Amino acid sequence: MAVAQENAHPEGRSSSPFWTIARRDSLAGFLFIAPQLIGIVVFVLIPLGLVFWYSLHEWNVLANTFTYTGAQNYRMLMEDESLLEVLGATAIFSAGLVIFNLSLALLLAVLLNQRLAGIAIFRTLFFSPVVVSLVAWTIVWGFLLQKNGGINGMLLTFGIEGPNWLREETTAMISVIVVQVFKNVGLNMILFLAALQGVPKELYEAARIDGAPAFKQFRRITLPLISPTILLTSIITIVGSLQVFAQIAVLTQGGPGLSTTVLVYYLYQQAFQFHFFGYGSTLSILLFAIVAILTFAQWQMRKRIVFYES
Amino acid sequence: MRADISPRAKVGLYGLMCVLLIPFVFPTWWMVTSSIKPISDIFAFPPQLVPQNYDWTTYSKVFELQPFVRQYWNSAYIAAVVTVGTMIISSMAGYAFARIRFPYANAVFMIVLLGLLIPSEVTIVPLFQMFLKAGMVNTHWPLILVPIFGAPSVFATFVMRQFFVTLPAELEEAARVDGLGRFKIFTKIALPLAKPALASVAIFTFLHSWNLFLEPIVFLSSADMFTLPQALTQYTDAYGGPMWNIQLAAATLTALPVLIVFIIAQKQFVEGLAHTGLKG
Repeated sequence: MAVAQENAHPEGRSSSPFWTIARRDSLAGFLFIAPQLIGIVVFVLIPLGLVFWYSLHEWNVLANTFTYTGAQNYRMLMEDESLLEVLGATAIFSAGLVIFNLSLALLLAVLLNQRLAGIAIFRTLFFSPVVVSLVAWTIVWGFLLQKNGGINGMLLTFGIEGPNWLREETTAMISVIVVQVFKNVGLNMILFLAALQGVPKELYEAARIDGAPAFKQFRRITLPLISPTILLTSIITIVGSLQVFAQIAVLTQGGPGLSTTVLVYYLYQQAFQFHFFGYGSTLSILLFAIVAILTFAQWQMRKRIVFYES
Repeated sequence: MRADISPRAKVGLYGLMCVLLIPFVFPTWWMVTSSIKPISDIFAFPPQLVPQNYDWTTYSKVFELQPFVRQYWNSAYIAAVVTVGTMIISSMAGYAFARIRFPYANAVFMIVLLGLLIPSEVTIVPLFQMFLKAGMVNTHWPLILVPIFGAPSVFATFVMRQFFVTLPAELEEAARVDGLGRFKIFTKIALPLAKPALASVAIFTFLHSWNLFLEPIVFLSSADMFTLPQALTQYTDAYGGPMWNIQLAAATLTALPVLIVFIIAQKQFVEGLAHTGLKG
């Protein structure tokens, strides 16, 4: 890039040199963004085009055939009964994750916002799972959740016989949600904490003078003022929840049955375990559509539910 | 919120926080302590919160059963290369989007932002085919190239752009009067000021690469090439069941270094990640 600018011709026509500051800047701008732009074209846009192209084909890897079949994969998508279960599991997982994650994050942020000695230590500890290797974290929880594992061991010391968490449909879903929430809730907690600290103290003073109880202060002052953060974290968390893969692969492999097979895991199975690359691509398009629609819907909602923008 | 908290309320708050801490802290404790228990004690009842007997051979088995040093190195160097590469690409692009006026800047910015909308899971099938054609399957190239140039770096570019937008214009004008070109202004003036934003980018990029799981299992097939997350799941017995104490020992070796760095530099971590999240 340096070369490009030093190539500017100072000896060009002095009245209107070709390499004006604006022109040099344009060139510099393009050179600066070129690696990123080329990367996006090669590793995002072309693959996105290809995935659509693949989705219109039947692709038999073993026989090495690649035949155009038009919308057949999409018809298959509509008739795939497993897919209904998969989408159901995905919806339950995402909804459960977002609700549990955001409420726990908010609760922790409110607690950490109190002026107490040693609060920084609590903040560090609540945050620590974020930096623990994801698969390591998942393996320990898988170990804890075994039928004769640590959690049931603790329960048994109180005389409670725990379920086989990862082998029953309801508890398996709860388990994968909970493991994921404790792993990453620290991020949302920090975002909420920053938002809480941005609420002007005078508002609470005024409310106290008016005799508003703490709960009402929270509902009428805190919640509206941190609503942009609530929206932001919910978008990040929902989109993130649609990408959950390692936890499922390590804890349940999508089971029992299809009860924890979320869309990304199903996509992986179809494409890379059963080698249905055409149908796998169709599922990719479906995932893309869901992410796009959710993101768009949430940005639209911003206008309605968010009371104020920072 | 409240000016002062009564002693009784304080006890209640501390108590509540300690209970809430259990699921955050206990798994790490359980991972470390179980990794040094003999296999006979690992599912003992009542659960041994502190190991009664020690078996350090689990750690030597971690290295015997798999080329674990090699796998550790794979993860470490891939994460390092991806982090440095992302910092370079995203600071340049972020700077250009924030400070340089060039034709179609907005259109290009929208194209780049598309990367945020497209999770890498959506494009995994064609990426696999592309790398297969390029002869790069079962090499580390896909795990290096896609994060640096593809969708994962877009978030970093966005963070860098949001930072560079806040720099005062006077700084650059002064530099320009001194005869500095764009590239010099970027490296000598803008970049040194961007250390906090670069630190955030470095931290989340490193963690992202360190945790990558779908891509390694799609692209890599030989144990020598594996990265840590993938290697951890390979400590299984003849029936495919996990060898728990060895898995936990390997997990401890994977998790502890990052955890220790975090505890030393926790302020940078928390603020760095919060900063990026806020802007994201």
